[in-house]
Amino acid sequence: MCLAVPLRIKSLNGTDAIVERDGVSRSVKVNFIRDPRVGDYVMVHAGFAIEKMKPEQAEEDLEAFRELEEVLKTI
Amino acid sequence: MGLDKSKTYHLMEVCGTHTMAIARSGIKNLLPSYIRLISGPGCPVCVTPPEVIDAALELTEKPGMILATYGDMIRVPGSVKGDNLAKRSAMGADVRIVYSAMDAVEIAKQHPDREVVFLGVGFETSAPGTATSIEAAMEQNITNYSVFSMLKMLEPSIRALAADPDFNVQGFICPGHVAVILGEEGLRFFSEDLHIPAVIAGFDTDDIVNAVRMLMLQIAKGEARLENEYADVVRPEGNPMARQIMDRYLEPRKDIWRGLGSIDLSGYGIRPEYAAFDAEKKFGITFREPTVRSGCRCGDVVKGKLDPVECPLFGTVCLPEDPEGPCMVSAEGACAAAYKYRSF
Repeated sequence: MCLAVPLRIKSLNGTDAIVERDGVSRSVKVNFIRDPRVGDYVMVHAGFAIEKMKPEQAEEDLEAFRELEEVLKTI
Repeated sequence: MGLDKSKTYHLMEVCGTHTMAIARSGIKNLLPSYIRLISGPGCPVCVTPPEVIDAALELTEKPGMILATYGDMIRVPGSVKGDNLAKRSAMGADVRIVYSAMDAVEIAKQHPDREVVFLGVGFETSAPGTATSIEAAMEQNITNYSVFSMLKMLEPSIRALAADPDFNVQGFICPGHVAVILGEEGLRFFSEDLHIPAVIAGFDTDDIVNAVRMLMLQIAKGEARLENEYADVVRPEGNPMARQIMDRYLEPRKDIWRGLGSIDLSGYGIRPEYAAFDAEKKFGITFREPTVRSGCRCGDVVKGKLDPVECPLFGTVCLPEDPEGPCMVSAEGACAAAYKYRSF
């Protein structure tokens, strides 16, 4: 029930946004999000963005890939 | 301190999405025998009592009524086995499954000559969206939209559980998306008042395993702190904008929980100023305690007292396709999860 999925804001019109992931998009409300921007990742629950994802998360993922590359070079 | 591995440590999650994530991942079978993961009252459909479901079923009988609901509610039986919204729909009632409360407002807009009632089920994660739908209807002067609020609050249910003399939980895996709204601040009562280790957790297998590690470390050290394992999404202050709109339209009230009974200030009702959007007031909804009692023990399951497989009805007369109670109906119910991912 309290399921939420991270989706990327594709376009904005006031408190309405089109969000997408892997080519699937839908309209959600972003009225609880402070300063939403196109390109932001938001957690979406039942048609409402409930929180912005921290950009560091994406950076952490990229860092993990960099570490993987480093390790692969040595083995 | 350390752990006494001859004892059993019970860690409780209170979120249907955690129930499913744990069942799917098979974590339970991989943990040592002295750590037991149990489900608490975290599935909103499961804690909704039969008299409330009966009232929703009765609403569908009103002429011109359109009942809009999340799909989770469609097969939940009221006090009579087999009587649910899906059956009512098959018999001609107009029941629509919506993804968002805003979709229900849209239906009301398209059918100005009909009444649309949205079944507002959920915890704090869902409450702000439900409140927004009232605001949207008001702003657009949509007078044929109302909400039947079944919204529930996390904290009072946990306090009620903890007050039970049989309460036997040593740590809580806290619901990540309720915490998005309430923040770490809103969950401090776990550690500060109840003195139980608590970890706000995300929904991937590694999140849950991390939460178990953090809880066991706290238990071993004799600590009771609130930790945030889901800090990428959950802020210390939560989401104040979401709470603001929730507070504008909704107010805490006494509510009835399956298994836990009536608890003061444990659910959200619609503020009297917005009574025009309150289906309970608009349609004079009353609740009658069911006279027929089935052997369903969902009430004990939601309290974490009974493991689904210990219920005599589980997998015999109570099956996902022919459920006795909501824990077997809801995809997130502890019984449905236990049945779907059971081992042979």
